[in-house]
Amino acid sequence: MTGFTPDRRSLLKGGGITLAAAATMSADQLLGYAKAWAQASPWKPEPGAKINMLRWKRFVEAEDVAFMKIVDAFQKATGCTINVSNESYDDLQPKASVAANTGQGLDMVWGLYSLPFLFPTKCMDVTDVADYLGKKNGGWAESGKKYGMLGNKWIGVPVAATGGLVNYRVAAAEKAGHKTFPKDLAGFADLVKGMNKVGAPAGMALGHASGDANGWVHWALWAHGGRLIDKDNKVVVNSPETAKSLEYVKSLYDNFIPGTASWNDSSNNKAFLAGQLHLTTNGISIYVTAKKEAPAIAEDMNHAHLPAGLDGKTRELHLGFPILIFSFTKFPQACKAFTAFLMEPEQFNPWVEAAQGYLSPFLNDYQKNPIWTVDPKNTPYRDVATTASTPAGDAEMSENAAAAIADFVVVDMYANYCTGREDVKTAMSSAERAAKRIFRA
Amino acid sequence: MTTIPTSLPTPTRHFGKSSAWDRLRTNRNWLAIWFMLPAAAFLILFLAYPLFLGVWMSFTDDRIGRGGGNFVGLENYEWLKDDSIFWLSVFNTLLYTIVASAIKFAVGLYLALLLNRHMPFKALIRAAVLIPFIVPTVLSAIAFWWIYDSQFSIISWSLIKMGLIDHNINFLGDSSWARGSVIFANIWRGVPFVAITLLAGLQTVSPSLYEAATLDGATSWQRFRFITYPLLTPIIAVVMTFSVLFTFTDFQLIWALTRGGPVNATHLMATLSYQRGILSGRLGEGAAIATAMIPFLMAAIAISWFGMQRRKWQQGTDND
Repeated sequence: MTGFTPDRRSLLKGGGITLAAAATMSADQLLGYAKAWAQASPWKPEPGAKINMLRWKRFVEAEDVAFMKIVDAFQKATGCTINVSNESYDDLQPKASVAANTGQGLDMVWGLYSLPFLFPTKCMDVTDVADYLGKKNGGWAESGKKYGMLGNKWIGVPVAATGGLVNYRVAAAEKAGHKTFPKDLAGFADLVKGMNKVGAPAGMALGHASGDANGWVHWALWAHGGRLIDKDNKVVVNSPETAKSLEYVKSLYDNFIPGTASWNDSSNNKAFLAGQLHLTTNGISIYVTAKKEAPAIAEDMNHAHLPAGLDGKTRELHLGFPILIFSFTKFPQACKAFTAFLMEPEQFNPWVEAAQGYLSPFLNDYQKNPIWTVDPKNTPYRDVATTASTPAGDAEMSENAAAAIADFVVVDMYANYCTGREDVKTAMSSAERAAKRIFRA
Repeated sequence: MTTIPTSLPTPTRHFGKSSAWDRLRTNRNWLAIWFMLPAAAFLILFLAYPLFLGVWMSFTDDRIGRGGGNFVGLENYEWLKDDSIFWLSVFNTLLYTIVASAIKFAVGLYLALLLNRHMPFKALIRAAVLIPFIVPTVLSAIAFWWIYDSQFSIISWSLIKMGLIDHNINFLGDSSWARGSVIFANIWRGVPFVAITLLAGLQTVSPSLYEAATLDGATSWQRFRFITYPLLTPIIAVVMTFSVLFTFTDFQLIWALTRGGPVNATHLMATLSYQRGILSGRLGEGAAIATAMIPFLMAAIAISWFGMQRRKWQQGTDND
């Protein structure tokens, strides 16, 4: 078990020199560094700035501790105050929306998915910050640009994403006849079927789970060549490709553990850790918890990307974590400085290490962090930015695409068919209608 | 009143042909308006204004962060007209309200009659009955969420251990089970309110009426039917109005338990309005769904108001 836990020492061995320096920085050194950084930074925080920041509530405790350490160093170095409040995945967006609508209460939000695109007019242009970070850290991955840019300006900085990858029990998969994880759709369906037969069922959320449900149903849609909208934002969900994907998902659902239609984002974590669920899509948080609380499960589990689509390409929808600054903040410089500080290698590397794979970077250089290779089970999560698509699919990310995902249009389509509430045609036309309602303007 | 004339500059004018202004100044109603103003301002600011703003918003394409949308007339309603999820939510809301309210009334009345009897530890038991009502909704909803969990339900577990069933019950994953489950949770929460209020009503019924009826040889059913029930009707009308309103507009319980799932089988109008308005950011559409609730609520209020006006309902006799 200990072999899988990356402690500081093993990270040091694997890491470069700068990394090692960052990882071992004591509080004093960090403060010294932060002060020097603040001196050199292109953004000078307003004196006495008070920032109210909202972030999602952590799933990996050490990640939060590392984050607060960065906040602390920034406060001491610049004299700013940052009030960090936490909200669960589901409650974060309404709070941010209310702040955006009333123009007060919050200065910046570290949110989920495409949050900045829900109210782009209220997001400050952070192109300077994004360019600065991109130049310094090997550039942004394509998916990072898609997640951050509206037209040619950045309205949010995509800090990281948590991958919605397959978590599975190795022994159960082998028992079902798959020594290696299947790479194509047919093999994956066969695995799910086989696991059900041997009494080790799979299960993926089909309830209104913002992260887990949206992720894999979009993969299924895209893998079969289906699209909610085309490049020009025209609704094209009602198609033979979508019908194929519906049949495919139904064949998976029929072999799932019962109850997935009611699952929220935490349901699969609970069931997997209790040993009742043997395959699901999730971030790395199950593994992180298992290492601490259920070593036997951690030993027996592994991660993999969802299989490639019919065209041989892997397209996945991962849970992006963009940070946005409200245009009405009184302290724009302080907010920008903090965003940049957060993502400097000296902060970001230890933070990513503390997150143990939960935060997959969009900045290319951070893929070299030893956390991704020190434990081979972490490696699939390194490449999240490479396979990531935005909820808009082929189109540019937009306000409407953000609304569609928040309204669970695609999830409802699959759930409607899988639970037998609607047939293929009705499920598709309901989704088409719902999408047309959203994309009408 | 005496202080007001003395404050007038020329009292004589008061008796002669007084001006309109003077008459107004001494008018009791005029004075009353000023006393009522703070309360009225409060109601207008916090009730009427948001209500009208919501109705207005439903005619616009307002979105979060836009600060007022364009007037689009009935467009939002036209989209709702053939929106199957909306109609499903209307059906769910009516089902939820009617079934839950009816059972809450029956169980509440029964409980009130029981509690009205003399028994040991009366005060303690009455207090205990209130517990479901006191616990914050979200807390009880989370408790129910665990009870109904698809893998870890205590009910499924017990039944399996007893050998009655062989697999977990899919409480929140199956449409019918999910509807039943949320209705049960709502009933559990709402019964104490009905029971305690009806109990208060029962205690206002004079015992001498029961004594007289007993002397006349009335059975316990007759005592209930011809004494308790008629005297309780006004309270029932009030309690049930409140109960129906609370149930119809329920949000927290559903949101914490199912978020409207599975496949929207438990989406109420309130939760759908929230999902569309706040989560998707389409304030106009959300407001249209919320506004669509108003006619139903008005009907519920009208029925009970009409009932309370009528003597027949108040006294249970036929002399209108």
